Amino acid sequence: MYAVRRWSVRHSRGLETFYNGFERVLLWLEPVMRRIGYDRLERPVAWLEEKTKGFLFDCQMCGQCVLSRTGMSCPMNCPKQLRNGPCGGVRANGNCEVKPDMKCVWVEAWDGSRRMRHGGQIHDVEVAVDRQLEGFSSWLRVVRIKTEEKRQQQESGEEAA
Amino acid sequence: MRFDDEPVPGFHLPILPGHSSPGRLERVLRAGHFAVTAEIAPPDSADPNEVYLRARIFDGYADAINATDGSGANCHMSSVGVCSLLTREGYATIMQASCRDKNRIGMQGDILGAAAMGVANVLCLTGDGVQAGDQPEAKPVFDLDCMSLIETVRTMRDESRLLSGRKLTQSPKLFIGGAANPFAEPFDFRPERLAKKVAAGAQFVQTQYCFDIEMLKRYMERVRAMGLHEQVYIIVGVGPLASANAARWIRAHVPGVHIPDEIIDRLAGAEKPKLEGRKICVELIQQIREIEGVHGVHVMAFRQEEAVAEIIDASGVLEGRIPWHPHRDTPTEQQRAAS
Repeated sequence: MYAVRRWSVRHSRGLETFYNGFERVLLWLEPVMRRIGYDRLERPVAWLEEKTKGFLFDCQMCGQCVLSRTGMSCPMNCPKQLRNGPCGGVRANGNCEVKPDMKCVWVEAWDGSRRMRHGGQIHDVEVAVDRQLEGFSSWLRVVRIKTEEKRQQQESGEEAA
Repeated sequence: MRFDDEPVPGFHLPILPGHSSPGRLERVLRAGHFAVTAEIAPPDSADPNEVYLRARIFDGYADAINATDGSGANCHMSSVGVCSLLTREGYATIMQASCRDKNRIGMQGDILGAAAMGVANVLCLTGDGVQAGDQPEAKPVFDLDCMSLIETVRTMRDESRLLSGRKLTQSPKLFIGGAANPFAEPFDFRPERLAKKVAAGAQFVQTQYCFDIEMLKRYMERVRAMGLHEQVYIIVGVGPLASANAARWIRAHVPGVHIPDEIIDRLAGAEKPKLEGRKICVELIQQIREIEGVHGVHVMAFRQEEAVAEIIDASGVLEGRIPWHPHRDTPTEQQRAAS
């Protein structure tokens, strides 16, 4: 919902703190998830993710969430799906070129990112979207990637020792 | 201006040390000249001569010609088509590539084809939304965004591979460009966005129409403070306005164009608005020339292409330099008759 989406941007800092805690919980739960099996978890978790993030951010389920790097304003709501900043068509009142009644997603993102502790990530270049991930859970993906990173770090640490 | 190795239409120039393309635009910019680029109006036609006639207007005044890719989401001859014709004649082209109409498979294919044809410059754009054009019922693609397109072209050129990782037997030797709009919200993010484009691989940028010199100065101040003017060539967009009504229409209908009231008042109060519009354009070019960190102007003289020569002449920015064009060394009919 548009009003809730805008509320989320105004509260990007609080949401950032919540998200960081949530990620730690998910990572802590990783062994349990692995035992249940990611494949089995995919559908229910994706459903839950779609409902909650859909409510808060109008999430489009791209499956590779960048909310923490775009001021809690979902870039997939941009009619051009820009993930690296606003196009040149932003109106003088800060509204979208394509949808004149909608605030530009990136005007919002810039605003939200400046309220956040790690909002500086908005300056990083985002690579092209992987369209194969559409509809899949971004949460599970992050847990898998971060766990794998940790495992590799540990392994290389052991090798060094 | 002459190069030691003048172009032979259809053959590539050698790539100078430290350059990434065989193009004349990169040479002019790296040599420290104030560059002039112009936008060709692509015809609604399948006749190649219409392209040649439209390009010829800029002979001797443009270092490179921008071939637009469905600008304003209106359908015309493609930028690939226009470039393939112009490069055959030896023109320096800037091929615009918009993410609106093709996915990454199509875009990478075009990039390879363009470089093979002799295109040395590519301008990576997101593209106007389809709602702005004559066929709003079309499907907007936007698979890549301008930033990931810049990065894609750079990957193809520097790592000699496609996004899939598949190796290229020859990489496209391109001078990579992007667009910038210092005149749209959110203003304080605009220089940051330029920094992102530079990080992604942009070597030059062409801006949206500049009608507000103070706004451009504020933008450039920040750009210089960030040291970006030393990392990317900045070419500022300009163009003549035909009348106050035309200016009002552009302001209301063309996405991202900012025209201050003073300009419109000046046009409204002028006896000959068309001449006044050209005069304003010349004045803007001269003021832009003075801004530190600006490396050229990009003239977009929509439906007034014939005025480009006169505007550039009056502005004096070429300082006597004559950019190469295919007819430069062939005498004109009049000259032949006289001799």
